[in-house]
Amino acid sequence: MSEPERQKKQAWEEGGPERLYVLTSGRQPAERQAPLDMVTLIVSRGEAGPGMQPELAAIVRICDYPLSVAELSAYLHLPVSVVTVLLTELLASNHVEARASVPAKSLPDIELLEAVMHGLQNL
Amino acid sequence: MDYRISEPVVGPRGEDILPASVTTAVKVVIVGGFGVGKTTLVGSVSEIRPLTTEEIMTQAGAGVDDLAGVERKSETTVAMDFGRITLNDELVLYVFGTPGQQRFWFLWNGLFEGALGAVVLIDTRRLEDSFDVMGRLEERGVPFIVAINAFPDAPSYPVSELRQALDIPDQVPVIDCDARERGSSRDGLLTLMRYLHTLTTTTAEPR
Repeated sequence: MSEPERQKKQAWEEGGPERLYVLTSGRQPAERQAPLDMVTLIVSRGEAGPGMQPELAAIVRICDYPLSVAELSAYLHLPVSVVTVLLTELLASNHVEARASVPAKSLPDIELLEAVMHGLQNL
Repeated sequence: MDYRISEPVVGPRGEDILPASVTTAVKVVIVGGFGVGKTTLVGSVSEIRPLTTEEIMTQAGAGVDDLAGVERKSETTVAMDFGRITLNDELVLYVFGTPGQQRFWFLWNGLFEGALGAVVLIDTRRLEDSFDVMGRLEERGVPFIVAINAFPDAPSYPVSELRQALDIPDQVPVIDCDARERGSSRDGLLTLMRYLHTLTTTTAEPR
């Protein structure tokens, strides 16, 4: 491959802004909706439809069982911010549901902490 | 890092699938300078092979990252390793390792929101790396403990000296840790949880 060609290919594959813009159709994460945290668990509500954008279909397929936003980002090889945009669309079309992570509070619940400690002790 | 779309997306391996009954996910964050052992700690305590998630950094490295020869590169990615511990049928804990350098602080916005707390991992050969990190956590009101990762060739200081050198508040636990050992990493997380428990049961008192 000639040098300019190689550079061109790399620019695309390295997740340049152009490609990520295409993936998300230029959409921004919806600010008003419940924010998706790195550990919000996503579960599919059905099967991927025909003609669905490949990235969206992939999410629906692998969220057969609960997966966090961070795990989706890792498996899809996409930045969290891009995954969040794609999930916003899938949530709006009811293809997936989000199991809300524990709401941010200044200090967590005692019972939650005790459950975490108990789980860690059993490791 | 390349972002692929043409290859089929491979999800978790069979043994890595979370039970469908899991409803709640919580997270803790491991913070520290480069090479301090964050990735090692995540790997030793995680039930899954640690995964890497990325975020785009746009011009955040301006004036910091050496852009000589790559001036046109306007964005880069920052990687965070994370692992997972299924605590019971309903509860799962995610452990994120994130860079402590100031230029990565933009990452903290999403990451520390809703985190139970943080473990500041320290290498006694480079104490200064952790100083800013602790200040930043205090500013944000993120409770943390300090874990000294035991590198064989690192100088050993009494905890009281480290406290003084790093200006660690008296109530913040400081422990020794071997990030390579699962039990030791687990104990670090337990120390954090016990500390959070203490904080929660004494919230009536002003901090």
